[in-house]
Amino acid sequence: MSTVVGVVTFPGSLDDRDAVRAVARAGATPVRLWHADSSLHGVDAVVLPGGFSYGDYLRCGAIARFSAVMTTIADAARGGLPVLGICNGFQILCEAHLLPGALTRNQHLHFRNRDQLLRIGSVASAWTNAFAPDQEIVIPVKNGEGRYVADERTLDALEAEDRVIARYVGNPNGSLRDIAGIRNEAGNVVGLMPHPEHAVEELTGPSLDGLGFFVSLLKHLAGAGVGAAR
Amino acid sequence: MARVVVDVMLKPEILDPQGQAVAGALPRLGVSGVSSVRIGKRIEIEFAGEADLDAARQIADKLLANPVIEDFTVRVEEPAGASA
Repeated sequence: MSTVVGVVTFPGSLDDRDAVRAVARAGATPVRLWHADSSLHGVDAVVLPGGFSYGDYLRCGAIARFSAVMTTIADAARGGLPVLGICNGFQILCEAHLLPGALTRNQHLHFRNRDQLLRIGSVASAWTNAFAPDQEIVIPVKNGEGRYVADERTLDALEAEDRVIARYVGNPNGSLRDIAGIRNEAGNVVGLMPHPEHAVEELTGPSLDGLGFFVSLLKHLAGAGVGAAR
Repeated sequence: MARVVVDVMLKPEILDPQGQAVAGALPRLGVSGVSSVRIGKRIEIEFAGEADLDAARQIADKLLANPVIEDFTVRVEEPAGASA
């Protein structure tokens, strides 16, 4: 039976179609989820895609957090459901307190859109277990409010608990400690500012490195995941 | 009708690049002597009846401000001339 991965569409989501395509390229079955529908329709995992949910009004992700589908996803995530938040999805996970910290305006105030070198950190997550520790990958980054911030105590804890899943090599936005992505304690929830779903095909992406996140999920669900819940 | 005003500011330790950009533009206006500019949000909430400060605080804490990076204050705004 094929793994079924839900991709949520909020008003203002942009990258939901690419995320659906990436899920399919990795060998899973994508299912579209709608922000106003609280049912997850039995999916095995959820991707919160990039974009500008609810126009990014107030703060990025602040309003999406209160959507019907997010209430269900937050409960399921606490129960171990694998959830990957990309870009705006990462912002939503932080606003929903499923991940610590926040994403703020880029230090230089510029929107950054480029192929980005990352170094993988923790591979003990549902979404990174197919990578090697310290593996370098290139996937696109594109954000205006992607600067990861948290207080020193939180940053120290993230590092001490091996919860940074990727760091920038050449920080594009002033993110503290070069953090590009983090995971929760259990390893099922991951937030990542750059876009793996844009790096799954040679025709359109800078690499195929993005597939690793989705392949990791399949490994995780097949029981080969390392150190993750569920 | 009653109006409650919520002011949301970035915490002092959080970098405010917007404020820095504005501060950087001030010399072009011929203004000197400004050491810092920080930018926040003012939100006006109109209640149909009495001002409900508890509700306003809840709105501010849960939605209007992100306590990870922002502080907020809540106050009832007296109508102009009410004290006269």
